[in-house]
Amino acid sequence: MMPYTDIPPEVLKQLYETMLRIRLFEDRTSVLYPEQLIKCPVHLCIGQEAIAAGLCAHLNKGDYIFSTHRSHGHCIAKGMDLRPLAAELYGKSTGCAQGRGGSMHLVDPEHGIPGTSAIVGGCIPLAAGAALASKLRGDGKVSVAFFGDGASEEGTFHESLNYAALKKLPVIFACENNNYATNSPRHARQPDVSIAERASGYGMPGVFVDGNDVLAVYHASREAVDRARAGEGPTLLELRTYRWKAHVGPNPDIDSGCRPADEYEAWLERCPVNMFGQFVADNNILSDDEIGSMLAKVEKEIDEAIVFGKAGPEPPASELYDHVY
Amino acid sequence: MPWTKLQADDSRSEVVFHQARLSQREITYREAIKEALTQALEMDPNVFLIGEGIDDPGGVFGTTVGLKEKFGKDRVMDSPIAENGMTGIAMGAAITGMRPVFIHMRVDFLPMCMDQIINHAAKWSYMTGGRVKVPLTIRAVIGRGWGSAAQHSQSLQALFAHIPGLRVLMPASPYDAKGLLLGSIAGNTPTIIIEHRWLYDQKEGVPEEPYVIHPGKGLVRREGSDVTIVACSYMVYESLRAADELAKEGIRAEVIDLRSLLPLDEDLIIGSIEKTGRLVVADTGWKACGISAEVAAVAAERAIGSLKAPVRRICLPFAPTPACHSLEQAYYPTHTDIVSAVKGIR
Repeated sequence: MMPYTDIPPEVLKQLYETMLRIRLFEDRTSVLYPEQLIKCPVHLCIGQEAIAAGLCAHLNKGDYIFSTHRSHGHCIAKGMDLRPLAAELYGKSTGCAQGRGGSMHLVDPEHGIPGTSAIVGGCIPLAAGAALASKLRGDGKVSVAFFGDGASEEGTFHESLNYAALKKLPVIFACENNNYATNSPRHARQPDVSIAERASGYGMPGVFVDGNDVLAVYHASREAVDRARAGEGPTLLELRTYRWKAHVGPNPDIDSGCRPADEYEAWLERCPVNMFGQFVADNNILSDDEIGSMLAKVEKEIDEAIVFGKAGPEPPASELYDHVY
Repeated sequence: MPWTKLQADDSRSEVVFHQARLSQREITYREAIKEALTQALEMDPNVFLIGEGIDDPGGVFGTTVGLKEKFGKDRVMDSPIAENGMTGIAMGAAITGMRPVFIHMRVDFLPMCMDQIINHAAKWSYMTGGRVKVPLTIRAVIGRGWGSAAQHSQSLQALFAHIPGLRVLMPASPYDAKGLLLGSIAGNTPTIIIEHRWLYDQKEGVPEEPYVIHPGKGLVRREGSDVTIVACSYMVYESLRAADELAKEGIRAEVIDLRSLLPLDEDLIIGSIEKTGRLVVADTGWKACGISAEVAAVAAERAIGSLKAPVRRICLPFAPTPACHSLEQAYYPTHTDIVSAVKGIR
């Protein structure tokens, strides 16, 4: 783990709680999914929690994040209430998008989440556009685009980095490199060059970060967010990580041969939540009792969210055309 | 919002290019567009214009000339050659409080933007349960003539009119160009406005004050009782010319200017067919799955009992636009084709 001496204990505690909240929510989703009451595809982010937690720790409520089909963690880290999130998974009127979006299209404008796109690379220009709006208004906000390594192959990646660098937009391009686009490994899709290195072609900083070390994410993100807020322009972060579950759904995909078992096992050893849990215990940031009560608090929050999600009404057929315009 | 103060003009009974307004100041189609953009920029600090070369001396056929000098480079912005990404960037600004107008010199560049227009802008209101709106206006110009050829002259309105969540407008007159553009900028829906290069010199009386025309209303440009000619954009003028020719032979053609393709003013079309019993559709695009097909389908669904003859469609030949003069001459239908079509169903 990276050193932490300049991070206040309260922040370290909050980082751990956010990671727990994401992990436990995703775990619960994967347990409940076989009930088939969540009738939409879910793309779980288990194994990738440190990135959302470490980056969003630097954002204000009004700052914007844009995300992908795998967005539960980002939205939770940005402060989204778990109840409308769960209700959206259950397709209810009480969901954050009134059941129109499902797991892939979470939204929460009050917490700076103007929407998420399930088209790979789709949200990268939206984040740059939000940053353009902030720059034109001078409102001091920053925007973050979360996307995967696959999105770095899309035209929108180039188009957005080019424009953000040209205009010095207050935006952070956060590439979560989990090495797979669905089941295609990165070496089958890209030359063997770090994604972070591409930033130099746009004249912006590019930083390769251990995405499973929340303190490394925290440090790199702080620099990127500070730069953006100071009007010095965008940063590209390549955050190396690994997803534990299949591309979609609640199960692992190792037995089906999608990924090598030894690779998977090695990454399980580098569990971001366990690594940081060990750290906060070893450094007396959190006592066993405190961790216990934190777990209980988050589990209760998730219990209530699931009850809320299941209990809500489904949108009636008469509302089919609502919100088209 | 400054926009709520704008007066809407929802009149639909006016005939022939707003005769009542002819006493007013006359300006061209290009001047009307520039006036709308100027007034939008003046009224709302959240409005900005962006597009490739919109600040160059030509100013998109004169429609943006001098606006950068007047409003500054942060409100009238040149753009990288990155149509899809810049559509997303304009949309990102739109969903966080701005009202951008993204301007393309050719409709042919819009296929580059399909992901951001169709997958994102058109879907955002729905996917967010109506919580996030996309006040994004996209202007694009149909080219024609002087060997513009296959990639600088397409009429692709039908591609967009297929998509729920979008508005698609094709103003034919200066009055409509100003009102529809202001209405789009004032609205909260992603809107594609397709202009035709041959319309920029058209003149008519246009009020100086800002006003909006809401989408979804067509207009009867000429009243008649023998046949309905439904047209859009430049084909409105060919249709009016055809109606003049037909009148010499005692055939009274009613000419409808659609103005708005999505939504389509079905009631106006149906009402006219019920009166005339005959339908000819003139579109600037191709037939297959196009605007003329939609109008004919609406007629079949809602007015089949009134039709006394088959529907005829005047569209482009089903081929890309040729470059050479001889084939270009053969390519574009004119008022004589419309006259022949009408006579064929009389």
